[in-house]
Amino acid sequence: MSVTNTPTSNDGDALSLQGVTRRFGSFVAVENFNMSIKTGERRAILGSNGAGKTTLFNLVTGDLALSAGNIKIEGVESSKLPTYKRIKSGIRRTYQHALLFDGLTVRETLFLSSVGIHNRWQSFLPIKKNNKYQAEAEMLAKKAGLFSLLDALVGNLSHGQKRQLEIGIALSGDPKIILFDEPAAGLSPAERPVLTELLLSLPKTISVILIEHDMDIALETSEIVSVMHNGKHLLERTPEEIVHSDIVRDIYVGKKQ
Amino acid sequence: MNRFIILLLIICSVLPVFAADFWLTQILSRSIILGVMALSLTFLTAYLGVVSFAQVTLAGIAGYTIAYFSANTAGIGAELPWVFAVLLALFFSTIAGALVGLIARQSVGIYSIMITLAISMAFFYFTRQNYSVFNGWTGFSGISAPSVMGLDLGAPVVFYYVCLFTGALATLFVVKFSSSPLGLSIQGVRDAARRVRAIGIPTSPVIVSAYAFSGLIAGMAGILNVWHQERVSSFSVGLGPTIDVLIISVIGGMRHPLGAFIGAITYVMIDTFAIDLISRDRFNTVIGLVLLLIVIAAPEGILGILKSVKERIKKIVLN
Repeated sequence: MSVTNTPTSNDGDALSLQGVTRRFGSFVAVENFNMSIKTGERRAILGSNGAGKTTLFNLVTGDLALSAGNIKIEGVESSKLPTYKRIKSGIRRTYQHALLFDGLTVRETLFLSSVGIHNRWQSFLPIKKNNKYQAEAEMLAKKAGLFSLLDALVGNLSHGQKRQLEIGIALSGDPKIILFDEPAAGLSPAERPVLTELLLSLPKTISVILIEHDMDIALETSEIVSVMHNGKHLLERTPEEIVHSDIVRDIYVGKKQ
Repeated sequence: MNRFIILLLIICSVLPVFAADFWLTQILSRSIILGVMALSLTFLTAYLGVVSFAQVTLAGIAGYTIAYFSANTAGIGAELPWVFAVLLALFFSTIAGALVGLIARQSVGIYSIMITLAISMAFFYFTRQNYSVFNGWTGFSGISAPSVMGLDLGAPVVFYYVCLFTGALATLFVVKFSSSPLGLSIQGVRDAARRVRAIGIPTSPVIVSAYAFSGLIAGMAGILNVWHQERVSSFSVGLGPTIDVLIISVIGGMRHPLGAFIGAITYVMIDTFAIDLISRDRFNTVIGLVLLLIVIAAPEGILGILKSVKERIKKIVLN
């Protein structure tokens, strides 16, 4: 029933995790986690609170160091690389609790992520108008549905708009893999279909891993679903199989008496 | 705001027509010098979100460099053409700023204060104990501003214009730098350092360059200060001036570069004229009360008060 513990990766994978483990003292947050993501794959990760999903994302992006195992991003051994270097391989993420620059405008934020990802952040000279990174910032704002708010201060955006900005940042540069950490959390019912549409509209060159508690969004946008429980990769199924899975129901609702 | 700055610059540049030398030298030039020094602190506070107690040290390093490479009465150092001395002074203060940043790069809040305070106190005691370069306790005196093509930069009116130009330049540097990619990265680190790393930017070089830039600005003030005072010694880099710069920044307000200059002129006016109202010994009481009043009534400093007055007038006019 559980996912095979023998790593099955090849170098063509967008992302490959082998034996990924993270301990906090005696607590094991993520345990011997194996997973391969193919280019263009759409995968959702389900699991109850505390299952270790966000910790897994933090390990993949380098926000947290691995206790054991290794991570390859686009074929590049990345286990020991700092976050800012892993980004160069094409990995992007959104944060569960929007982590943004409240003192900057939307335009400045997207411009900064564009120059950051293209490694052009070192310039101390003022920005020229019509610079190509400025153009990218405007294009990203359009994609994220924030074009009319380009000059608004990020700190003044609504919760939903902040989530959109998170996605705008994740699309900058030429992303190969995007990790979405509960993008629908706190969104209104009206905002959710917009998010689903945006996720579905991503080109097939981008691999997507989605942590989401909203089952409708998760199952609608993914081709394969991983279930995490107590830090372990419990199973991999198609969305149809997941709907009928007793295990998933047990994890989310509790076992039948 | 930009129109306001231009208007202010025009007013400042015609002031020598009306003002006596005492006002130009003791009030206005001194205010601008202290303002630039405070600007190096408010830059760090507003854009990187840290408080540094090492800004007077950085200014002092530039000041000592000028003294060492100019004619002085201490008989130490080597005289260089003033342009080279100025460039070296700015170079050393910038490098020193980068070093402070390298040491303090992991710290914010009370920890950045403690680390930078420790650095500034270490430098203070070092200047007192080292005689070969810093001439110990007495330091350097008899340093004068250079003459450029027969024009004595130390003459009150000329020196005032030198200060005004430097102050405007420092403000322009801060404004332009803060909107550059590196300047935006610095503000990004202030708001969410993790996110900065997640868009491909390493945070340490960003923090170090913010401190280095603040060292450049502090160095500009340090050079003017040594020409103004005509001396530099361990007292120039002690705890007193360090706290003065902090007080100036808080009084003026840290949200905009202009706050540093507003704070400086307020401080200098109190410092100069409190003696006419009460005894000289009571200066600390007066400045303490002003500081207390500002902190309680207007946490954003005089700049904040001016802003709320402006908004209130706007409201009345609109109604």
